[in-house]
Order: sequence, then C-alpha cells, then structure tokens
Amino acid sequence: MMFVAIGGFFGAIARFWVSNQLNKKPFPFGTLLVNVLGAFLLGLLIGSETGENSRLLFGTGFLGAFTTFSTWLFEVKKMDVKKAVFYIAITVAAGFLGTWIVM
Amino acid sequence: MLLYILIGLAGMIGALLRYTVSITTAFWWEGNFPLATLLTNYIGCFLLPFLTLQLTDRMIVSMQKAITTGLIGSFTTFSTFSVETIALLETGEAITAFGYVLLSIAGGLFFVHLGYKRGRGL
Repeated sequence: MMFVAIGGFFGAIARFWVSNQLNKKPFPFGTLLVNVLGAFLLGLLIGSETGENSRLLFGTGFLGAFTTFSTWLFEVKKMDVKKAVFYIAITVAAGFLGTWIVM
Repeated sequence: MLLYILIGLAGMIGALLRYTVSITTAFWWEGNFPLATLLTNYIGCFLLPFLTLQLTDRMIVSMQKAITTGLIGSFTTFSTFSVETIALLETGEAITAFGYVLLSIAGGLFFVHLGYKRGRGL
C-alpha cells in the first residue's frame, strides 16, 4: 500500500507538470506524451525481472498515475471527429508499439 | 507549489483506489480478461466529465483540479491497459486482446458521454 501511495503521489505531479508545459497548444501533446512514455516504461518494468515492491512503486503507483485513460477520452470528446480519430489512433499505435518493443 | 502538493495527494488516493479495485476484483475474477482495469477506466471516464462540470463554481479551482486531474486522472490508467493488451497478444489471445481494446475505447467514450450529460444535469 505504501509503495503504491508514494508512486501515485509523484506520478500525478509529474503528469500535471508535463500537461501544464505541453497541453496549451491546440493539441494535447502533454497527455499524448505521458501515455506513450508511460506505456513504454511500464513495458520495460514488466519485461525486466524486478521485485514485487518496485513493481508496486514504479508500476502500479508511479506509472499508473502518470498515465491516464479518462483525460485522454475526455479530450477526444471535445474534438471534432477527424481530429478525435487521429488522436485515438496515434495514442494507441505509439503506446502499444512502445510497450511491445520492450516487453 | 501548494497546487502541486494537492494534486500529488489526490493522485495518491486515486492510485490507492485503483490498486484496491484490482485486489478486490482478483478475489472473484480469475479469467484472462483484464476486468479490473476495464472497470476502473469506465468509472473514471464517467466521473471525470461529471465532476468537472459539477464542481465548477462550487469550489476553488485548485481543489477542483486536485479531484479531477489528480484523483480521477490517477485512478484511470493507460500504461496498464497497454501492457495487458500486449500480454494478451503475446500469449496468443488475439481475439481477447482486440475485444479488450474495443471495449475499453468504445465503452470509455460512452461513459465520457454519459458523465458529460449527467454533469450538465440532463
């Protein structure tokens, strides 16, 4: 529990910071970056032989909170159809590819 | 600075709640299908637009951001969704993987829509 809490604390702050830097443009590059980077790093973590505690701290806690599913789809809803389809496709393609390469 | 700490504390609660859902789901669900993440993401997709609309003008902006961006944002997850999908593909369960992706995105969009409507009081 402790590990998940500490990871979640810093994961949320890191996501908020990245979003504040990059989400100001007409496209949510910040959310795209945290999700793709987080998917890559979690693949790396799961693919490597790490212990239970570091999985809870970095995986469930930090990367779980660093990436977000709800903000992603809420942003999709606010876009016009063409942009929404592109945003869904690029997130899924880049995110899954990143995970697949390292896992 | 205070806003960042609030976001962190809310993110801590969101991550702990997600972890709790995954542990309790494991008690009654033994299938390969990643049900816990799907449920978590559905709940978060409903609550994010709902709370964003409902909390506007009802509390200070920093508290509002802590609850929506911090708590709900951390409760839902993309990284686990991606890892679970690839894990299903690598164990040869392509149909389950495809179904999981489709249900996550189509269902998530449905719940965002529902949360948005309810949030506006419709």
